[in-house]
Amino acid sequence: MRGRAFVFGDEINTDLITPSDYFGESFDVMAEHVFEPIRPEFTDEFEPGDIVVAGSHFGSGSSRESAAAALQAAGVGVVVAESFSRIFYRNSIAWGLPVVSCPGVTDFVADGDEIEVDLDEGRVRNCDTGEEGSCESIPEEIQEVFEVGGLREHYRRHPEGLKTD
Amino acid sequence: MGSTIAEKILADAAGVETAEPGDHLVCDVDMAMSHDLGTEGVIGHLEEMGVEEVWDPSRIVCPMDHVAPSHTIEDANQKSRIREFVEEQGIENFYEVGTGICHEVLVENGHVRPGELLVGTDSHTTSHGAFGAAGTGIGHTDMAYVYATGQTWFRVPETIRFDVDGEFGDAVDAKDLILHIAGTYGTDVARYKAIEYTGPAIERLSLDDRFVLSNMSIELGAKFGFTPIDEKVTEYVDSRTDEPYTPRHADPDAEYLETYRLDASDLQPKVATPHKVANVVDVDDVEGTELDQVFVGSCTNGKYEDLLAAAEVLEGNEVADGTRFIITPASREIYSRADEAGLVRVFNEAGAVVTNSTCGACIGMGMGVLGDDEVCLAAQNRNFQGRMGSDSSDIYLSSPRTAAASAITGRITDPREV
Repeated sequence: MRGRAFVFGDEINTDLITPSDYFGESFDVMAEHVFEPIRPEFTDEFEPGDIVVAGSHFGSGSSRESAAAALQAAGVGVVVAESFSRIFYRNSIAWGLPVVSCPGVTDFVADGDEIEVDLDEGRVRNCDTGEEGSCESIPEEIQEVFEVGGLREHYRRHPEGLKTD
Repeated sequence: MGSTIAEKILADAAGVETAEPGDHLVCDVDMAMSHDLGTEGVIGHLEEMGVEEVWDPSRIVCPMDHVAPSHTIEDANQKSRIREFVEEQGIENFYEVGTGICHEVLVENGHVRPGELLVGTDSHTTSHGAFGAAGTGIGHTDMAYVYATGQTWFRVPETIRFDVDGEFGDAVDAKDLILHIAGTYGTDVARYKAIEYTGPAIERLSLDDRFVLSNMSIELGAKFGFTPIDEKVTEYVDSRTDEPYTPRHADPDAEYLETYRLDASDLQPKVATPHKVANVVDVDDVEGTELDQVFVGSCTNGKYEDLLAAAEVLEGNEVADGTRFIITPASREIYSRADEAGLVRVFNEAGAVVTNSTCGACIGMGMGVLGDDEVCLAAQNRNFQGRMGSDSSDIYLSSPRTAAASAITGRITDPREV
């Protein structure tokens, strides 16, 4: 995956990703307002496939999955963060939105840089500077959920439930 | 090597002998909860998944608490849809508007039992660690999957420990301890991890106070937050349910990723300043900050003892001109108890507003919304920008005691000075 990086800081909570003003709206409507309180110009500048880069504990706060769903609806290719809140991480897997932790990513990626994320190799590369970092891949045991496009599709294919072996 | 509480409960739920941090397990859930804001999303996903019958209606609990009573037509229609769903599915554990805030309702009605795995569509489901249950928040899609199959996946977390010695000082409460922890160690300290709060100071705390620690464990990023599983817990649980359960305790040789040692005697009343729970200072540092609104309530601080502490401070005083004081008991049961004990009268006579049980003010979706540039001191769990209303409003967090003292003066006030 290759795209332009939109870089955010630490502790970007779900109220900042999907403001409560749009609660009850569809995810497509929420997608038009993601990050509005902290970066109102985001949705004008962002193009599908671009990449969200963030600091630590991205997606903290409420368990509402609108944050993951709206980012996916907005066309975010992948979210690369120093670390994620666990509920946001789970919701992203459930929706099939790629999320990878890459410690140190905000040290070598600046806003507007072209970056490439290789999920299989576990690598993030800054195409402008050549700098690289390694990222944790999605755990093998839940890879299948992610690959089929999320938990609902997984259920349709495997109504007998999840398996670990 | 021994196991922590989280490792034991997750191993039990997955039907395996032992669980190690980092293992991914598929677990059978004991109880699942979705509230009014969560259930409609879950219903939509279930329809898309083609699920006609939920896995076990007796293990599903639906409390109507977040927007309660409804104040938009859209919300009223949403609740009607939820009522139809619980009827169709035979879900008997449905709690109507006014019963109380989900986490409190679950506890009062015996749905929380030591040793069990409990998931909810609310991040503060960690609260149930105060009753020995591994409680944690999940999203609507994850919950739809639970409603369909009774299963969900977990990465077994590492466990960290806050071992607290000493005595809590005058006007210092569990809320001050958890704010101190957030301020000192950061809201990332327990990310993906379980917490066990241990030590003599924690053991002496009441269940209401322990609940605050488990509840706000999510503010430290935690998956679970356990306080001691002792007689206080089992006596309470036994008074609420006849269902059998097996408490799970940590082994003496369990392995902890980190143990942080603290002394409760060193604590002062604390305040978290806007817009992060980790922006914690001593109350003295922000004393005098002018307040438009003061709030005591939410799943964190709407317990009986919270109301009692507020009433003790407020008795014989009046809420300052220019300041509103809103008080929300966490459940109807707590409201009744506060009424019988004369607390409601104290609040009324002081000029405070006592509301029905709801999440309203805390989430900016009901009575108590903040206008532009307004400042609120709230005994609740979060002070994120815009949470209680306008993006330009400011939320400070404190204990109910500090909140009540501040309501009297209209400014952030050290409760030891009132």
